[in-house]
Amino acid sequence: MRTGVSSLDLRRASALDDALRMLSEEARTPIAGATDLYVALNFGTLAPRRFVDIWGLDALRGISVRDDMLVLGGLTTYTAIIRSPLVAARLPMLIDASRQVGGPQIQNRGTIAGNIANGSPAADSVPVLAAADAIIVLRSVGSERRVPITQFYTAYRASVMRADELIVAVEVPRVDGRQWFRKVGTRAAQAISKVVVAGVRAPAPRFAVGSVAPTVVRAYATERALAAGASIEQAAMTLGREIAPIDDVRSSAVYRNRVAERLLRRFWIETS
Amino acid sequence: MRFTLNGVATDVDAHSMSRLLDVVREQCALTGTKEGCGEGECGACTVLIDGDPVCSCLVPLAQVEGADVETIEGLGGDHPLQHAFMSEVGAQCGICTPGMIMAALPLAPNATLDEIKVALSGNLCRCTGYAAIYRAIMKARQT
Repeated sequence: MRTGVSSLDLRRASALDDALRMLSEEARTPIAGATDLYVALNFGTLAPRRFVDIWGLDALRGISVRDDMLVLGGLTTYTAIIRSPLVAARLPMLIDASRQVGGPQIQNRGTIAGNIANGSPAADSVPVLAAADAIIVLRSVGSERRVPITQFYTAYRASVMRADELIVAVEVPRVDGRQWFRKVGTRAAQAISKVVVAGVRAPAPRFAVGSVAPTVVRAYATERALAAGASIEQAAMTLGREIAPIDDVRSSAVYRNRVAERLLRRFWIETS
Repeated sequence: MRFTLNGVATDVDAHSMSRLLDVVREQCALTGTKEGCGEGECGACTVLIDGDPVCSCLVPLAQVEGADVETIEGLGGDHPLQHAFMSEVGAQCGICTPGMIMAALPLAPNATLDEIKVALSGNLCRCTGYAAIYRAIMKARQT
């Protein structure tokens, strides 16, 4: 490991209020399943030195339905999502996405709030949440606010979340229409996406794409084109203008553009 | 820091953010758990925490306080999976083997080949390919 741990300071939260108080007193990075954090630590690229461990906060675990909303506690793991009959009934595309996160070892530790907070544009669950119009519930000492995931990210790995806030839950309204998820990577397991998409086939279709811009893209113009009866070729051209992929170690911009357009076509054909 | 390691109550004196992997290998002297990639990609460091396979390179020691940790040493040396990996030659260099066995351990006795493949999808082998490994796990189910 390239980063020694002796300079790191970890405080453990015994309850949610305890965690929120620690976050309000000084800058601390929350740790849940630590699957992203230790990668950065091992690489020597992790900047924060002070942390608060929230893994033990069982109040943030659990999946329920309230007021016709699917509610996922922030510490809900991918494994819990995969095993949940409520998610299977209401948001099956999230199960498809969760099965493709790393392998079982990562699914047992990685959390939905961690995937959101880490802010990677390649995050597997985020296009699903964007296509489902999910709402992020942010709590700080004495207050709570709700932010639609489509308004959560402001730039590459940046969001509206304040340093004193925790993602305590994700709320997902009922999704009408057929759900579709597809991740294109080097291999099925243990691969970061080159392009990842989620779609909902309904009179007002929804389509969200990851790994093609600094943040997840909800392709509103493409959706409007499809809703207005545009041909899939026209819609794919619109999508090409809505995304801005880059060349990086995992793929090229040209490839990502082509794959994103093909995934749109496949979504449209397979959900017709 | 107190946790249960292979059924034995264990006290270690280490930094709370030490990797479980390092604590197991260096403080507890159980070197059967291997470090491969150190970033959760390869599964060589797989151990069970409260029965669930995890990458011990990504777990801070603080998070196993009071938990049940099982490593490859916890199987003794006479487990059907260990014998099957030997008889089916499900190992070549052997670095991935303890992690493969730990990942296979929670599988139900009637697990299908597809279920075995999913259970081992977080474990990489760079020598043999996976056929002999899957065969070993299938064989161990029958014994």
